[in-house]
Amino acid sequence: MAQEQPKEVRSEFIYFALRNRKLRVGLGILVFFLLFAILGPFLTEYEPNAYVGPSAQPPSSEFWFGTTTFGQDVYSQFAHGLRSTFIVGLIGGGIGTLIGVLIGLLAGYRGGMVDESLNMLTNIVLIIPTLAVLIIIAAYLAVRGIFTESVFIGLTAWPWAARAIRAQTFSLRAREFVDLARMSGCNSLRIVLTEIAPNMMSYLLLVFILQFGGAILNAATLDFIGLGPTRGMSLGLMMNNAVLWAALQLGMWWWLIPPGAAIAAIVGALYVMNVGLDEVFNPKLREM
Amino acid sequence: MRRYLGRKLLIYLLTFFVAVTIDWLIPRFMPGNPVDTMLARMALRADAAEVLRSYYIRAFRLDLPLWQQYLNFWTALFKGDLGISTWLFPQPVFQLIKRAVPYDLFLLLPAIILSWMAGNWVGAIAARIRWLDNTILPLGYILTASPYMWLAIVLAWALGNVAGLFPIAGAYGFGLRPHLSWLFIRDLLWHWFLPFASLFLVMFGGWAIGMRNMIIYELESEYSRYLESLGTPQRLIRRYAFRNAMLPQITGLALQLGGIVAGALATEIVFAYPGIGYIILNAVQNQDYFLIQGCFLFIIVGVLMANFIIDLVYIVVDPRTRLGMTGE
Amino acid sequence: MSLQVENLTVYYQTLRGDVQALESATFTIQDGEIMGLAGESGCGKTTLGHSLIYLKPPMRFIKGHVTLDNEELPVWDMERMNDFRFKKISIIPQYAMNAMNPTRKIGKMAEELLGSRKMDFRAILPELKRRLDLVKLSHDVLNMYPIELSGGMKQRMVMVLSALLNPSLLIADEITSALDVSTQKAVAEMLVEFRDREFVKSMIVITHDISILYQIADSIMIMYAGQLAEKAPTDVIIHSARHPYTKLLISSLPKVGVKYAEKRLTGIAGSPPLLLHPPVGCRFRDRCPLAFDQCLEVPPFVEIEKDHFVACWKVLEENAQA
Repeated sequence: MAQEQPKEVRSEFIYFALRNRKLRVGLGILVFFLLFAILGPFLTEYEPNAYVGPSAQPPSSEFWFGTTTFGQDVYSQFAHGLRSTFIVGLIGGGIGTLIGVLIGLLAGYRGGMVDESLNMLTNIVLIIPTLAVLIIIAAYLAVRGIFTESVFIGLTAWPWAARAIRAQTFSLRAREFVDLARMSGCNSLRIVLTEIAPNMMSYLLLVFILQFGGAILNAATLDFIGLGPTRGMSLGLMMNNAVLWAALQLGMWWWLIPPGAAIAAIVGALYVMNVGLDEVFNPKLREM
Repeated sequence: MRRYLGRKLLIYLLTFFVAVTIDWLIPRFMPGNPVDTMLARMALRADAAEVLRSYYIRAFRLDLPLWQQYLNFWTALFKGDLGISTWLFPQPVFQLIKRAVPYDLFLLLPAIILSWMAGNWVGAIAARIRWLDNTILPLGYILTASPYMWLAIVLAWALGNVAGLFPIAGAYGFGLRPHLSWLFIRDLLWHWFLPFASLFLVMFGGWAIGMRNMIIYELESEYSRYLESLGTPQRLIRRYAFRNAMLPQITGLALQLGGIVAGALATEIVFAYPGIGYIILNAVQNQDYFLIQGCFLFIIVGVLMANFIIDLVYIVVDPRTRLGMTGE
Repeated sequence: MSLQVENLTVYYQTLRGDVQALESATFTIQDGEIMGLAGESGCGKTTLGHSLIYLKPPMRFIKGHVTLDNEELPVWDMERMNDFRFKKISIIPQYAMNAMNPTRKIGKMAEELLGSRKMDFRAILPELKRRLDLVKLSHDVLNMYPIELSGGMKQRMVMVLSALLNPSLLIADEITSALDVSTQKAVAEMLVEFRDREFVKSMIVITHDISILYQIADSIMIMYAGQLAEKAPTDVIIHSARHPYTKLLISSLPKVGVKYAEKRLTGIAGSPPLLLHPPVGCRFRDRCPLAFDQCLEVPPFVEIEKDHFVACWKVLEENAQA
């Protein structure tokens, strides 16, 4: 009987996952943009920053998303920008989740002094205006890549994940199977890795999704202020340039609207997926 | 209770100390010298620059040993002296911040509070009525997922540029000076509306979704089930659920209010609205490190105070916190 | 007669189909009777208890009749059942320790609860206080928050609340499971007090712990895989049960004083069937040492002697021969 269950439980999740509308819609939108990001750039021969056409043109059959005030192809910028969006989300969100999980698990499981000091660390990282640190970094690194930005975002976004994981660890710690493991002599690290973490797998996935979305929004804002990567293209940078070069006053909606719309769609899809997954993992929430 | 508060206070003070120290370090971490940067922009002849340089160094007290600069920083802090801006020299940083804060309060206070009230109300109703939930939920997610600057852009373009209903730059018309008159106030409000709306909408989405989820969670809790099995009318059950769902929402509100002092950076950039966010942007672009330092100090204090107030409010409002204060 | 249940059938809706959790339950409980409801996990006892008072999705009513004090209970109708809940039929839930609103003082909550059911709290307060005395809770608890009470205290508070309006039938769902042994005894004895003082007419005590039932129950009903197996007065079940499952169950209980070296604990080989596609006929068939072809047909729940009901073809066969 014990052997049947893991397989049954896994396929039960997949079964419900496929049927959950929020998950399907969210995943669909995400996959659409992902494909766009991967394949999009191949559909155009123009480089994002090259001056290829007449300036400030609305969308046409030649320039699907129109051109910027400098005559750059907005579609090319958009497609390349999407790529960096996903990269930042993945790396930034991944790092944030990793750090948050480590700290949260440790604080939640050990409690006491370990918890108090990690709490203080979390508080300090939360308080420090990340913008300030970024400005310093920006001043030193004249050339910044997207990897730097992702790492930075990950290093500053983990407190939320840590708090959530810590709370979850607390409630799991009090469960019987952990007491059993402790009594049979396992050390703390082993208990955390083999007993607590697997039971949090679903929760970890939810945390990661939120970190992914948060990283994308974060990056968009940073790029918009001009503190993003100095090379490459990103959606936030597009909006930055647009506003800088009077696209608002000139009514160049094809340059202004798509980048932010894509971000809103992707992050929104992630949030909706999150809710859907929560329903899949938590039978009480499922709609019949 | 006193021990609990005492311990919390200690932690806050410690955090404050560390954060302020880090803040003080900011200009010192910058490559080069703030004075050199300032001079570089002035494009003076070498000997004139040298004279000015030594003058400024003494004016900014940069010739003192580091530890003394650090202590001076603290004493100045308590006097409310945050240094002199290098971008808008010789205006004191404090003055610049003081001028910008009212615009932020004017913009963010209504945006945060109104969106909180509206979001909670709509979220609570959506948790009850299925068809409403199906429309509110996606809308809420789209709104909360929208980057602030993008929604600002959309509103600016749609209502400002295309429809021509609202202006898209500044806090008031270029031809006007701030003064107390109906003309000015009307102009101020006219300029205020779009930034306000863009902030309101994004925040509203977040609150509505949060509240809806919290209420559903409470409605499925064991105490709700017990009341239901005792035949309690839905009215009472919903009342309890609402009250319990509000607790985390209050925390969220306090956190957002604490962030007021940080301004709404992205929104202010789009609308060239002269709040703290706008000041910070200019400080960054002009490498005015003292101004950056001052602004961030302001933000740190604001956030810490807000956190502390949340803790106090929670003690009053949630008996679980009040009585479980022996810790975990 | 207090409670009459006839052919009550309740399934659980799942996306993979209906789990046939309760199948054609038919039994009666007299006034003043404390009936224990026992069986393995998943046997349907909680389903039975809940379907009498709180039949909410994913539970789905299939068929059956429930009559309490000669009045039909519309168990399938959540709305109409409200008239009966708390007043005529009440429940002490399994999660009693978390059953009270954590952010409300207990007295305030009780006042609001009774007020919402159009009862006068002022008038009931003296009786409430008397009952608190009975369960050895100080009157101060009314001014406290649930978090200030220990698990046992919360349990007793919920007991008092659930029985406050003197329901005809009180369902106690696994109320001793989370308690230590001495508190279990105290709580069990309080249940009996409630009946003896006629706060409550009859009770269904749901538990998997037969030793508790031995102490307080007048009769015990054993369930297996959604079907009723046997119902009889307590000492009959314990000493002279007839259903093969009941017999195996009783004999598998550890006995005081018997050491491992002398006798091994025997369980019952195999495990209960999954109720998504339950086996045809008697659901104990696969594990029963006495099964034969007749068992492919569902055995009726029949009275073989006074107040002793069994659902087993073998027993019926033996009785017919006797």
